[in-house]
Amino acid sequence: MIVALAVALGVTLGLVLQPTVPLDLQPYLPIAVVAALDALFGGVRAWLERIFDEKVFVVSFVSNVLVAGLIVFVGDKLGVGGELSTGIVVVLGIRIFSNAAAIRRHLFRA
Amino acid sequence: MTGPVEPRTPESTGARLLTALRSRPTRGQFAVAALCGLLAFALVTQVHATASGGGLQSARVDDLLGILSDLDNRGDRLRAEIGDLQTREQRLRSGSGQSAAALQEARDRLRVLGVLTGTVAARGPGIVLVIDDPRRKVGADVVVDAIEELRDAGAEAMQLSGIRVIASTFVIDAGGGGLIVDGHPITPPYRLAAIGDRRTLTGALGIPGGVLDTVDGQSGAHASVVTSPVVTVSALRPLQAPRYARPTPAP
Repeated sequence: MIVALAVALGVTLGLVLQPTVPLDLQPYLPIAVVAALDALFGGVRAWLERIFDEKVFVVSFVSNVLVAGLIVFVGDKLGVGGELSTGIVVVLGIRIFSNAAAIRRHLFRA
Repeated sequence: MTGPVEPRTPESTGARLLTALRSRPTRGQFAVAALCGLLAFALVTQVHATASGGGLQSARVDDLLGILSDLDNRGDRLRAEIGDLQTREQRLRSGSGQSAAALQEARDRLRVLGVLTGTVAARGPGIVLVIDDPRRKVGADVVVDAIEELRDAGAEAMQLSGIRVIASTFVIDAGGGGLIVDGHPITPPYRLAAIGDRRTLTGALGIPGGVLDTVDGQSGAHASVVTSPVVTVSALRPLQAPRYARPTPAP
């Protein structure tokens, strides 16, 4: 319940405020969002498998975002930021797909 | 949401969801909710930024540098093209100006040369010398003298009894009196029209022992000079290209 409320609040805030992304954060925000989505899908899958733990979810969420941002940061410093960003998106995309497959199996038994 | 602490009841997923929605939030659930809200906020923000930035706002520095350098190169190319076209335009303009000036000059020369060679009619201030000679005593030498005097006095165009006087004009005595000018017989009274400075021309003819005196010395002959602000020399000559002489390039 409170999660749904928080999601609605976040969407509303984003739509109402329409904040401009700070220049320093611009390369990191998309990657962070994808990483967080990965954590979210992982959490949903864990909940369906009845092994969900709030602490694990919070830690994995934060660490996912931080590690993704760190990799992009290092990649930028090394001059391969674009390629590393693409790589992160690919890896996280694969994880999201596998999590989504597991969720689908739990929900539809297929 | 349920944690592993809850008993593992074999209830369905929907029932678990309902239970989770109804349960009182714990601290851990607050943290999860905060993170999910943050994710939603970031997602919406990023979508909005991507949609409104036209792709450039979210582009990386390297890509932006590439785009910028591309644009710079294109601008340089276009600027060079502009310069080229401007140079060509200037060349064409000056070229047409030069050719127009050359054409104008050629026309002017044509006019001047046409007056000299007798291919065009001429008019201007001048005199008309009329030699009345009923007994046909006046010879070709007198008429040639008159033409030479007028030339020396600066006559620019002359015609003798309807025949244009040019550089190659000759005057000879005809057999039974009268004259032949460039092959055409003429009879008195001779009428020599000349365009030039009126006072100089009149003075050249009227000097003592000059043309007027010589003509008046012949029996029955009389010469008179009429000055006029407008004398017309309308007789024309066909232009004959030289058979042997060829122009040489100016040194």
